Amino acid sequence: MGAFLTLGIISFLYKDNPWYKFCEALFVGISAGYWFCTVFWSQFVAKLWDNIYPTAGQPRQYVYLVGGILGLMMLLRLVPKIGWFSRWPLAFVVGGTAGAYLIGYALSNGMKQVKSTILPLWVSGNLNATVGNIILVVGTFCGLIYFFFSKEQKGTYGKVAKLGIFFLMITFGASFGYTVMARMSLLIGRMDFLFGTWLGLIK
Amino acid sequence: MNNRKISLVILISAIWLTLCSQILLAQEAAPPTGTKFDYHWFDTNRLNVFITLAIVFSAILWFIARAKKGKSLFIRRIAGLDAIEEAVGRATEMGKSVLYIPGIHDMNDIQTVASMIILGNVAKTIARYDIPLIVPIRQPFVVPVAEEAVRQGYLSAGRPDAFMKDNIRFISDEQFAYAAAVNGIMLRERPAANLLLGSFYAESLLLAETGASTGAIQVAGTANIHQLPFFVVACDYTLIGEELFAASAYLSREPKLLGSLKGSDLAKALIVLAIIIGTILETIGVKWFTKLFVVQ
Repeated sequence: MGAFLTLGIISFLYKDNPWYKFCEALFVGISAGYWFCTVFWSQFVAKLWDNIYPTAGQPRQYVYLVGGILGLMMLLRLVPKIGWFSRWPLAFVVGGTAGAYLIGYALSNGMKQVKSTILPLWVSGNLNATVGNIILVVGTFCGLIYFFFSKEQKGTYGKVAKLGIFFLMITFGASFGYTVMARMSLLIGRMDFLFGTWLGLIK
Repeated sequence: MNNRKISLVILISAIWLTLCSQILLAQEAAPPTGTKFDYHWFDTNRLNVFITLAIVFSAILWFIARAKKGKSLFIRRIAGLDAIEEAVGRATEMGKSVLYIPGIHDMNDIQTVASMIILGNVAKTIARYDIPLIVPIRQPFVVPVAEEAVRQGYLSAGRPDAFMKDNIRFISDEQFAYAAAVNGIMLRERPAANLLLGSFYAESLLLAETGASTGAIQVAGTANIHQLPFFVVACDYTLIGEELFAASAYLSREPKLLGSLKGSDLAKALIVLAIIIGTILETIGVKWFTKLFVVQ
């Protein structure tokens, strides 16, 4: 079964065909059913039901009703007249997450990045570190200039921004190669399954 | 909002507050055993973060207030937006559909929020040209928002009749089942333009590569750094990182978004200044400035 489905998905490389369509439909259908059951048991039952109606001796935790009510409000979309209630849980999720992540992002994407970029441009007796620091500082500076939207990218300013995108493209190139290699390992895993586990050609 | 809606809001708010107060009272009466609470209103170790955020938020609020007063806030034209218009134009010429993929993350990801704003504007443009707009979605929570954005877009264009709810399609929660199904849509419905704007992960190259193989014009945009290289390689134009958010502000001209963008521009200017000053001081051996950015 695993080999049949793996080959069906790989057949996509040739062109769209009934085998691929079957595998795709199976994958989408099974995953929809699987996730429905997973969410039902891991969220509705484990988080809501079990906390409202706990086993004997455990206190009831009504705070979980808040989530339940929000979920119910989301389902009100099915009733067109009061469907606008579903905006509340959406607003709650968007606003709550923004607030929860704010400090984390300010620390990791702000303060720590700035601190790591403030480097000496001359490291006595260490040419590699000197060149590395200069590239890092200049690259960050130019990159930030590229993402400045309040000024047209013209003249010298535009050239600095262009240098910023140049740095970004080099980074993307390195990242591309790194990720492609990770994907290759996934392909090797599938090939190992087909030729080893299934056909037994690889010992 | 009419009176009935206001009454409903008040009623639900009252129930909500009563419920919350009951929960708090119940928890106060019986605090969980074995849990040590450590209440602090202010963490002095993070004073520098507080000051930075206070400056940035003040700037954002100031810019939002300016935008609301109708003052002009300049934002440079983003090249990727021209590419979106070009892609829609091409789809119109060919009489084919436009596929809009809003990423795979939920509404709690700011990229999805930005993507929904762009989707509304894309829908507005598409409604004028009378071509189908297909939006495959991975997260159930995103479906109502996307429906709303597209409906509003069609309404703004004066074509509410052209809105087709069935084209906003929930596919699957599973990442690669979603990717497989979207690939199928690309191959079978052959959209002339693919717009991939939002938060993408490992499926990015699968989608972009399939789209490229169908000959569709592709515009992508994400702030997920590791996926950007794939979009740069396989798409005709890519909105890089913050350009995605800037695009949503530019298109909507919404004061809050414009104010946020201008505020973040000011933050970047301050960061550049801090890096210049800090680097000079570090080079001459002065360390105190760098310590201002140390966080615990």
